[in-house]
Amino acid sequence: MTNTASPGWTPLSPTLMKMRVTEIAVITAVLAATTGSVAWAEGSAPVALITIVAVALCGAGAWWFVHNRFRAWGYLERAEDLEVRRGVMVQRLSVVPYGRMQFVEITTGPVERLFGLATVKLHTAAAASDARIPGLEPVEAARLRDRLAALGEAKAAGL
Amino acid sequence: MSGDGTVVVGWQRLHPLSPVVRGARGLVPLVVLVGFSTINRGNHAHGVGPQDLVWLVLVVVGVVFGVVHWLVTRWAFDGATLRIETGLVRRDSQQLPVARIQAVDLVEPFVARVFGLAELRIRVAGAKSAHHLSYLSAPVAADLRARLLATHHGLDQSVPEPGEHPVAVVPPGRLLGSVLVSASTAGAVVFVAALIAVTTVSTTAAAALAGSLLVYLVGIGQGIWRRFNEQYRFTVAVAPDGIRVRRGLLSTVSETIPIRRVQAVRQIEPLWWRLFGWCRLEVDLAGVPGHGRTGGTGRVTKSLLPVGSHQTADYLRRVVVGPIEPPRSRAPTRARLKAPLSYHFLAAGHDETLAVAVTGRVQKVTCWVPLDKAQSIRRVQGPVQRALGLATVHVDVPGRRVGAKFRDRPVDEADRLIEELASHSRGARRRESVAAAVSATSSVTGPPPTFETPGQGGGAPPPSSPPAQPVMGPGWFADPVRRHQARYWNGTAWTPDIADNGVTGLDPL
Repeated sequence: MTNTASPGWTPLSPTLMKMRVTEIAVITAVLAATTGSVAWAEGSAPVALITIVAVALCGAGAWWFVHNRFRAWGYLERAEDLEVRRGVMVQRLSVVPYGRMQFVEITTGPVERLFGLATVKLHTAAAASDARIPGLEPVEAARLRDRLAALGEAKAAGL
Repeated sequence: MSGDGTVVVGWQRLHPLSPVVRGARGLVPLVVLVGFSTINRGNHAHGVGPQDLVWLVLVVVGVVFGVVHWLVTRWAFDGATLRIETGLVRRDSQQLPVARIQAVDLVEPFVARVFGLAELRIRVAGAKSAHHLSYLSAPVAADLRARLLATHHGLDQSVPEPGEHPVAVVPPGRLLGSVLVSASTAGAVVFVAALIAVTTVSTTAAAALAGSLLVYLVGIGQGIWRRFNEQYRFTVAVAPDGIRVRRGLLSTVSETIPIRRVQAVRQIEPLWWRLFGWCRLEVDLAGVPGHGRTGGTGRVTKSLLPVGSHQTADYLRRVVVGPIEPPRSRAPTRARLKAPLSYHFLAAGHDETLAVAVTGRVQKVTCWVPLDKAQSIRRVQGPVQRALGLATVHVDVPGRRVGAKFRDRPVDEADRLIEELASHSRGARRRESVAAAVSATSSVTGPPPTFETPGQGGGAPPPSSPPAQPVMGPGWFADPVRRHQARYWNGTAWTPDIADNGVTGLDPL
């Protein structure tokens, strides 16, 4: 269940993984530098080394977590509905019929913009409907949005 | 005046007494304030002081505002759109298309009832809150409501409100009993017991506890009063245009719930009520679609039966979601490890049109969702569930975290469920949209083709007799000849399909 290698499923863009890795690397480096220098000033060189190794291990753990999360995420465009699957610990699979879409939202955060990525989110009348696809190339995001909007209009159903 | 340039005729004002009623509702706190300030000043201030002038100015400003608001507010109904215009400086023009109306309520607050006035509350899909017309004279309000609902169902607006079949009246004694037999009352009993126990040990601690007990009692007293006031003489009746509810002690409310707008039905059985065989029935209507991060907000929950027997609840539920009860199956025994406190209730089932799921720890909650209303289907599996080979399937309906929850089903069943529910929901939606399209044109083009009865085999041909009364689209309604619990209405005529206690059969009229 944890991979999206099964036929038809579209995985997220590898650029998203690059973005996450960069985020983790930057945060880990900053943390290691600050805690390491504090430990050196207050204690001794071995203490500083242990601190830096511990922070680096935490960074590696975060990388492992994010990697699995990235691999678990995927979506599948079917004839009548969109399936989105995500989660490692708690695995979720959402089936959203195109006709139920109220609107499609594309968001781009500052870091995402730096890497040229976008997040597409489908909104239905139910708040619980959980169909979010992060890390799409702008072209793919625009294509998905237009396709979803067109399908939503064609199959629209009243409340 | 209207935005799209068309000339709207038939503008009408609210009732001239509206400012008086509005004012009277605001007057009570004002009188209290004045009373307090007079007492505070005590005896050393006599005659008219500057403070009295302030009150006078406040009252005059209030009156002027009320009258101006009345002068600039007007409404018109042209058979397709209800227009409401209000505001002097910032003109606010609301256009409510009849097709989007979710519910029309007639509310009579106490003061309004004294003057024979009523407020019309119109709920439209996608709107943040209800639109008000306050106040109209009671007959005008009732007439406008009938016209709005008739037009909503694709009938001519001159068609009178169709007759109804009363189902239940909740006796005040039972209502009071049900309100008293609740968790908060049990809390009060525990509180008092604790107080007695503490008194034997320490008097100061007991005094402190007594103080908080008083606050608690006032709190639950208010809650009890509010429920009693709102649900007093709860009368529910089934009519072809929906379920009609009338209730209220000081202010009376009269609601019509269109059956097609119902997104989910919930039957709730709190622990104490089960001793008496009581239950509560609620329906969810669609409100505001989800917005951004805050998620879907405006789900409207309406009570169909505040307290009643299972028999009455079953009857009402069959009217709303149809007489066929999908077969339920229990969660597998290993689910006891995952949900030890709620395992005893966990059960779920579905057929082609309806999903039903039972959840709850202390109170039993049964939720029915018509599959054509499902917004999305989700399968969620946490780590414990994965270890046990279980998964939960959600059928989402509009609103925040509501819907049928197929909790802790075996994984293979969950995988099958998600496909089946998605495809049944698709089929049900398609049938529903065809039925809606046909019933929308039926008033113009004459009798529509016959429908296949949903949820059962071959649809029987309808009798050719014209309908006895104007009604809405196809569905199960109370049997007009009262031989059975429900009879199928195909949109133009009653069919021989009947149902009793969920079992369908044939009995021509």
